[in-house]
Amino acid sequence: MSDVRPNDASETPMQREVATTIFERSVEGRRAAAPVRDDVPETPIDELIPGKLLRERPAELPEVSEPEIVRHYNRLSRRNFDLDTGFYPLGSCTMKHNPRLNERVAALPGHARLHPAQDPKRAQGALELMWLLQASLAEICGLPHVSLQPSAGSHGELAGLLLTRAYHADKGQERTKVLTPDTAHGTNPATVTMAGYDVVKVETNELGGVDVDDLRAKADDQVACLMLTNPNTLGLFDENIAEIAEVVHGVGGTLYYDGANLNAIMGRSRPGDMGFDIVHVNLHKSFSQPHGGGGPGAGPIAVSDRIEPFLPRPQVVRREGSNGAAASGNSSGNIIFDLDFERPKSIGRLRGFQGNFGVFVRSYAYILSLGSDGLQEASEAAVLNANYLLARLRSGRAGRYAPVAFDRRCMHEFVLSGAPAKRELGVKTLDIAKRLLDYGFHPPTVYFPLLVDEALMVEPTETETRETLDDFAEAFDRILAEAEEDPSIAQSAPYTTPVRRLDEVAANRRPVVRQPA
Amino acid sequence: MSRYTSATDADRAAMLDAIGVDSIDALFEDIPADLRLDRPLELDPGLPEHEVYERLRGLATRNADTESELSFLGAGMYDNYVPAIVDAITSRSEFLTPYTPYQPEISQGGLQVMFEFQTAMSELTGLPVSNAALYEGPSAVASAAYLAIGATNRRRLVASRGLHPHSRESLVTYGAGYGSELVEVDLDGGITPAAALADAIDEDTAAVFLQQPNFLGAVEDVEALAAAAKEKGALVVVACDPIALSLLKPPGACGADIAVGEGQPLGNRLDYGGPSFGFFCATEEHIRRMPGRIAGETTDVDGRRGFVLTLQTREQHIRREKATHNICTAQALNALAGIVHLAWLGKRGFVELGELLARRTAYARERLGAIDGVELLHEAPVVREFAVRLEAPVGAVIERLAEQGIAAGYPLGREYPEHENGLLVALSERRTRADVDRLAEALGAAVSELRGAKVPEGVA
Repeated sequence: MSDVRPNDASETPMQREVATTIFERSVEGRRAAAPVRDDVPETPIDELIPGKLLRERPAELPEVSEPEIVRHYNRLSRRNFDLDTGFYPLGSCTMKHNPRLNERVAALPGHARLHPAQDPKRAQGALELMWLLQASLAEICGLPHVSLQPSAGSHGELAGLLLTRAYHADKGQERTKVLTPDTAHGTNPATVTMAGYDVVKVETNELGGVDVDDLRAKADDQVACLMLTNPNTLGLFDENIAEIAEVVHGVGGTLYYDGANLNAIMGRSRPGDMGFDIVHVNLHKSFSQPHGGGGPGAGPIAVSDRIEPFLPRPQVVRREGSNGAAASGNSSGNIIFDLDFERPKSIGRLRGFQGNFGVFVRSYAYILSLGSDGLQEASEAAVLNANYLLARLRSGRAGRYAPVAFDRRCMHEFVLSGAPAKRELGVKTLDIAKRLLDYGFHPPTVYFPLLVDEALMVEPTETETRETLDDFAEAFDRILAEAEEDPSIAQSAPYTTPVRRLDEVAANRRPVVRQPA
Repeated sequence: MSRYTSATDADRAAMLDAIGVDSIDALFEDIPADLRLDRPLELDPGLPEHEVYERLRGLATRNADTESELSFLGAGMYDNYVPAIVDAITSRSEFLTPYTPYQPEISQGGLQVMFEFQTAMSELTGLPVSNAALYEGPSAVASAAYLAIGATNRRRLVASRGLHPHSRESLVTYGAGYGSELVEVDLDGGITPAAALADAIDEDTAAVFLQQPNFLGAVEDVEALAAAAKEKGALVVVACDPIALSLLKPPGACGADIAVGEGQPLGNRLDYGGPSFGFFCATEEHIRRMPGRIAGETTDVDGRRGFVLTLQTREQHIRREKATHNICTAQALNALAGIVHLAWLGKRGFVELGELLARRTAYARERLGAIDGVELLHEAPVVREFAVRLEAPVGAVIERLAEQGIAAGYPLGREYPEHENGLLVALSERRTRADVDRLAEALGAAVSELRGAKVPEGVA
């Protein structure tokens, strides 16, 4: 590991580079795209479209040559840290390796250039792929029916609560409350509000799981649903899940599984078997879709029989073709795949067309690559890596200054509390995170979950080597060692990044959210 | 098959030893015995890379894509040419593999891209504030409804039937959650009738939804339509095709409060419907109610210019149940493709593209409209898409052209029963005059042959 010392006096070459936007690089008269030679009559546009409907001046887009565009964005890219470059133990985000095979197969013209309104008869490969992915996710989740439509986890959550609403409405009930544990991802309560329900928080017990007594006290006939992550955001498997399910089902509510942490249990345990009615799966977490700096992802949902009638429209279905109707070239003979719009109880569409198909291709390729055995091994390695990293950290200074919040066996991630470091060294979790940047690591998720003081949520994933975990543990220990000597080192970190700590308060107070016109 | 992992048996033994357990099974002991899966998952065993490739390639070959046939499909997603630099830039690890930029010091690239994207979308829509993208078009429309309901404390939504059917359906789906009611206004002559729209808007109307150009390709007089909504205090939401905004008066200049839309035509491939991106722009007044990420400019401790995620107190990870939206992961990489495409087109190229589309579309419309048995569904001005009515069963005609390697267009009957044999035809810069001529000839022949034929069951 390189020796990283703060040195306020000298700037790195990257720091000397002044951020310049593509708009600021614009010079009148430059262009990248070649001028178009038209092959139809050059009718003046205002003869085609009345002048009052036209722009008065062109949009101020940049005028730059192609080499300048390439250089601009390549230089920008170097101002990003990324998973391919270094360790990214961002808790709850499952930053696992993104196989390049998946990019290659997603880019095949038959996938990438397929129009979403293509007649299903001429999109049989795409529909079969979706059907196969649905079947795979159903098996992994232990729930028989899948809709691939939601675009990300939070979209899946919204789908789940709208399904819950439709399910209760179908029974003539209108319920008002959704229970979420205080450890829940922020998307859970935000979704509850969007779906028109009131959030009721359930306490966490001393073992880090749902406080079942509190749950019992709050579960009544107004409860539409309980949203739960298991293992939860503390990285702990809730052993009382069967009892929790019984309580919620006992009052007629549905049980929703936030699949953000599915990477811990693939092939080992299934949400459907735990009693969940609705599960969302983050294909950009457990199933290796690259995160893209904030998307795209996809958030398919798997549901039980009683929820199935309400699934979004259209559903991909597999039908026995009638004579002559089977698609030609279909390897399965008389089978055809289709989009089913005739779903009278459906909640309807959540978005346009069929969902983030490109993500489905990547995730299906991932499932084919790993298979039944590989998926299970992935979860096992993820849990092994997390427990190993926790063991390494706690044997060093982290054991004293950033102990694990709940001292139990963890699953694929764990949460440390930096409260002692703050109290004894004057170094906050934020400072540790910023100092990790100088050591070439992406920090863990910080200040979440909220119930842990100065939280650091660490998820190494299965694709990291033991050496990487050792290096991270060593860097973490050195940061705390530095802090014992001189807390200002961490307090003023980072030193080596393209920019240093940024003034977020000013950005909020007087938002500058576009280049001035 | 173990893939993308590296632990050897020796590693595993050493790691288990460090943990203080003797088996992997011991790590899973917190899962109650009766909840452990006691069998392997019923999936195929893992495959080597080349076999996965062959499997996926086999599926891909069973799709008729826009490179294997002559496609005039549109209806919200378009076969625009994506320049090679978009692929080159978006496939760089530094853009492809990071998470959302929660650590701004090491995410300046992604944050600046967001800032540039916001600037470009603000320019296109004529509205001062843009977010850094939502999932896609129709859900962005529904997100605008959520903002409008919060901002006006009203529940009623009025939508022109020129709004994409997927957007209208998404409004209904989402509306079941936030308790809104959707009222639709029929089109007249292909466009939204101002008087009927005004009649539909009342004091309880949160927002009015228009689309520019509308689903039938017609350019709406948004300015005139917006005026009626303003009178009653409803917000005006315009869903737009970003490419058409190269020519058309931006919604911000027409009185719109919010402009949203499907971003796919900007730098994103068709991908059978996604991933692409949705955009969301608004007036200053609504900045603190906006959904999704927003990048803002600021400085670091040494005074260097930098960018951060800003106004995060709107967002779910901070505000939880009081957030303005639940969105977390969106479509950052697709938005990058959008800004790179726009920079490549540039100020002049963007206008030239719009003009090319308008002229080719005018040519195609004239050519198809001249066919015996084909008439224009409306006479309103169009940019890149137009609708015709066939005097033959549209499903059978589409089928006939498909046999000749032509995707003739999008049949309107399912979503517009009043246009049973309506066909929506879209152009892109990739469709030449010769392509249009080929479509016209094939369409003419098919219509003449199938004219008066009965609609076979299940085809229309």
